[in-house]
Amino acid sequence: MPDLAPGAYIYDAVRTPRGKGKKDGKLHEVTALELSRQVLKGLKDRNNLDTSLVDDVVFGCVTPVGEQGGDIARAAVLAAGYAQTTGGVQINRFCASGLEAINMAAAKVISGEAEMAIGGGVESMSRIPMGSDGGAWAIDVNAAFPSYFVPQGVSADTIATKWGFSRDDVDAYAVESHKRSAQSWADQRFAKSVLAVKDQMGVTLLDRDETIRPNTDMQTLGGLNPSFAMMGEMAFDAVINQRYPELERINHVHTPGNSSAIVDGSAAVLIGSAGSAAKTGLKPRARIKGMASIGSEPSIMLTGPSYVTEKLLKRLGMSVSDIDLYELNEAFASVVLRYMQTLDIPHDKINVCGGAIAMGHPLGATGAMILGTVLDELERTGKQTALVTLCVGGGMATATVIERI
Amino acid sequence: MENFKTELDADGILLATFDVPGKSMNTFTKSALADLSAIAERAKTDVEVKGVVITSGKTTGFCAGADLEEMLGGAWEAKSDPNDPEGALKAGFTAAFEMNRVYRQLETCGKPVAVAINGLALGGGLELSLACHYRVLNDGPKTQVGLPEIKIGLFPGGGGSQRLPRLIGAQAALMAMSEGKSFKPKEALQAGIVHEVVPVGQEVEAAKTWIKTKGDAVALWDKKDYKIPGGGPYHPAGSQVFIMGNALLRKQSYGNYPAVVNLMRAVYEGLQLPFDTAIRVESRYFVNTLQTPQAKAMIRTFFFNMQALGKGGGRPAGQPKTDPQQVAVLGAGMMGAGIAYVSALAGIRVILIDRDQAAADKGKAHCEGLIKKAVSRGKMTPEKGQGILDLIVPTPDYGQITGSDLVIEAVFENAELKATVTKDAEAKLYAGDKADTAIFGSNTSTIPISLLGKASGKPENFIGIHFFSPVDKMLLVEIITTDKTSDATLAKAMDYVLKIKKTPIVVNDSRFFFANRCFIPFTAEGLHLWSEGYAPALIDNVGRMTGMPRGPLEMMDDVALDLLVKITSETAKAMGDAYVPIPGEKEVADMVADGRLGRKNGKGFYDYPEAGGNKSLWSGLSDKFTVTTAEAEPELVEEIKKRLLYIQAVTAARCFEEGVITDPREADVGSILGWGFAPWSGGIVSLIDAIGAAKFVEELDALAAKHGDRFTPPQLLRDMATKGETFYGRFGKKEAKAA
Repeated sequence: MPDLAPGAYIYDAVRTPRGKGKKDGKLHEVTALELSRQVLKGLKDRNNLDTSLVDDVVFGCVTPVGEQGGDIARAAVLAAGYAQTTGGVQINRFCASGLEAINMAAAKVISGEAEMAIGGGVESMSRIPMGSDGGAWAIDVNAAFPSYFVPQGVSADTIATKWGFSRDDVDAYAVESHKRSAQSWADQRFAKSVLAVKDQMGVTLLDRDETIRPNTDMQTLGGLNPSFAMMGEMAFDAVINQRYPELERINHVHTPGNSSAIVDGSAAVLIGSAGSAAKTGLKPRARIKGMASIGSEPSIMLTGPSYVTEKLLKRLGMSVSDIDLYELNEAFASVVLRYMQTLDIPHDKINVCGGAIAMGHPLGATGAMILGTVLDELERTGKQTALVTLCVGGGMATATVIERI
Repeated sequence: MENFKTELDADGILLATFDVPGKSMNTFTKSALADLSAIAERAKTDVEVKGVVITSGKTTGFCAGADLEEMLGGAWEAKSDPNDPEGALKAGFTAAFEMNRVYRQLETCGKPVAVAINGLALGGGLELSLACHYRVLNDGPKTQVGLPEIKIGLFPGGGGSQRLPRLIGAQAALMAMSEGKSFKPKEALQAGIVHEVVPVGQEVEAAKTWIKTKGDAVALWDKKDYKIPGGGPYHPAGSQVFIMGNALLRKQSYGNYPAVVNLMRAVYEGLQLPFDTAIRVESRYFVNTLQTPQAKAMIRTFFFNMQALGKGGGRPAGQPKTDPQQVAVLGAGMMGAGIAYVSALAGIRVILIDRDQAAADKGKAHCEGLIKKAVSRGKMTPEKGQGILDLIVPTPDYGQITGSDLVIEAVFENAELKATVTKDAEAKLYAGDKADTAIFGSNTSTIPISLLGKASGKPENFIGIHFFSPVDKMLLVEIITTDKTSDATLAKAMDYVLKIKKTPIVVNDSRFFFANRCFIPFTAEGLHLWSEGYAPALIDNVGRMTGMPRGPLEMMDDVALDLLVKITSETAKAMGDAYVPIPGEKEVADMVADGRLGRKNGKGFYDYPEAGGNKSLWSGLSDKFTVTTAEAEPELVEEIKKRLLYIQAVTAARCFEEGVITDPREADVGSILGWGFAPWSGGIVSLIDAIGAAKFVEELDALAAKHGDRFTPPQLLRDMATKGETFYGRFGKKEAKAA
């Protein structure tokens, strides 16, 4: 094995399939702890990992209350039978929590704080509803007023309005997301990373992402009502219009059909130093080339990915065209359309395996899931470099560039 | 005890009757609070007292709230001492908290306290009631309860922001307090603000009955099992109230009103605290609100100035009060009929004259329509409506003018026509028994009064009485004097305006007088922006964000584009070489030529769908001026806001310099009642005073350098800047300086 440069390396990545985030979803009967336990245990077992080498587990979770509260990372570490010396910390950067967890795990490795660390996340949206953790941002006037707070869907609709994406544009993007996701499953592109979730007897409960609708088309999607028109009309359109007074009115184009699906799931990525390879006998699959997070205008909220991309690429001395594959979380179709428009990224380089509109966005876990997806795809296609990014509440965004060894 | 009479009955119920000596209405002063505190102390310690009933000894109502002058005078004038920067705020807190302290003392005195609300209870009056354990309200026709503090730039600071949400839930309470809504007896009962509504005269008995039968000395929120109705901020349902509430507050206030934000802060933070801590937080936010220039200016304009002008504050001294009984209105069109209506509403007999009987009848029919509307909405009885209508005599006969106290000429805006009717009317007016006392008023809006006065045989009796449209709704009347108008005539004109319950301001003759002269530049600035390539949506959205009721372009649609074109061309004609054309006026004229007349025909800057619904900007606007500024960051938004507001304010400053208007109270009140000038500012000169003359001059110079001479400050402002003067300081009457 050639000498590796110092840095943080990805040794492995696993995820659960994503279950529909409602009471009739397949994973509703699985606790958030159990989802976390199964990915951590899967990672340990398939790598025959000496977990005493893992100093810390950083887990994203966006609604850390109830069973997801009280530092679910440590609970999962203990439940998964890791060495008691392995720590656990739960973090929250809203939708990018899973990627931020990886970035923090990588930073621990790079700084020498950890030999190995796991970054990942979990969200059982069917069991712990989004928003049930409260939070000052929307509720306390001192945060909501100066930031022109509106719900994300209104922000997404504002993006569509401001940069001219029609209902057809966002629906067409959604159709393609389903098509690509279905094709990826047909091609078994996720086989390397997806660990079937087992039930209480150890029988497979779910082994495929549950929300993909391969046959969805423009007509089906066109029949759906806009999700955010009513709340917009009541008050929020007026709020964001005071921040973007150039808009005569907000065009509400987003529906459940072209927004990310609400799902349950968990994912974990094993990060280690260059030296971990020798200690574990594992072969690193990719190097983490760089990480970044930013804040931007909080009301339109979801345009951060282009800024974080520019910031990170600049620091790495790279240009947009140096990246072979992009993965941007499909929170809403307009987010991806705006990102492609701003950075001039062709559709065949971004979200090539589909995305959250079809497969879902388990808030705390998504960042880790899509990093695993793009790593698999780099390996499958023999490409080198990928950039993973997510838009984040409050105008933030997080990104990571990885490079195959 | 000076303000309360107390009487202990055989059942041990202490009846405390609120009756401030020498005042027609009860308000809370320091002395009244001290009395109430003594009552609470007696209830606590006197074993004979089994319970307390509070009521009012006034026929005018229960209590109108705090005596703003006495209670707040100190708090907002507090000057900070550099050696003790927190001292003034602490002192302000102590003063503001006194009401909370006393009300809480009463609430926790250990004996049941019921309030018998016999008439209106507003602000501190309702807040006292909320601190009582049981509330009985009478069903009198003038009875209402509410917390209207927000209307003068404050929010309920006597426990209201804490007790009302705890009583009826955050959502209902926030709506009531952020709108300053008043509740009639039935509504108050339905909303859960009072426990019982009884016929007039039975309030005290009902309150006593409650004490004798159920009397409970523990407030709802002091009970162990108390839960906030609808939930607090971090309750799943409650959180939605706050999320939506924050958005609605911005939607309605555009972020211009610190009181609205502080109300929300007090409710949000207070609901998460024990009650005694919550009222301290409320008082802190109340003192914080008082420090804001918006609150200071709004209290001055909406409370003190409106009250003063409503009592004839600008009336010339030494003129005997008059009481007009009959007015003759010349011209029965929209304006004339409106004037007839508001005059008859005040009990004045109206001779409504037009060229033939049919035209005069049409004017009366307009009044009838207004009356029918009021009757159908329950605001007027059919009998009263008929009585009003009977006062209006439509006729083409000038002979009937004789005997009138006043003629108001409201014929078509044509100087020759007006001269003719003036002569004809004066011949009849100055005959008969009112010949020596009658006066003649003209309701022109565009023709100088001095010019029209030339037709008068008694120019000292000739005056402008300028109503705004629609007359029945608009509360302002400009009274325009010429250099010949006598003080007696001015006093009589004001007495008439006061009698019809409108607010008069005195304006010296000038083109467009005061209101329209200041307002027209607002719409003109909209045309400037349009011609400079700003996106029309940006212009109107930012226009509304200034606090103006409409953006400049939609405002022009509402006024009617053809009317604006006509005024513009007549102004140009009258001013000759001095006229400076406004960019965009040609384009507007072209739009009119193409049949785009504004809202009235559904086509103007906007298209108005026939079926109703949202208007949308006309797509042809960008053919007139290409959009080059399609978006604006907050910095540019601020500049546009300044352009739209400052162009009006600098015009008002010029009016002061020229002596067109002389009283800052009249300028402020006139700007708000006349054309809806940004109410958060307290009015057009309060805006300048809050900025400070020096800074305002600096900003105007910068705007002038960038956008043209129309922003150049007049010498008056430069002088004021040098001397550090304010309008209220330099021009204010003594009593107006208090704020």
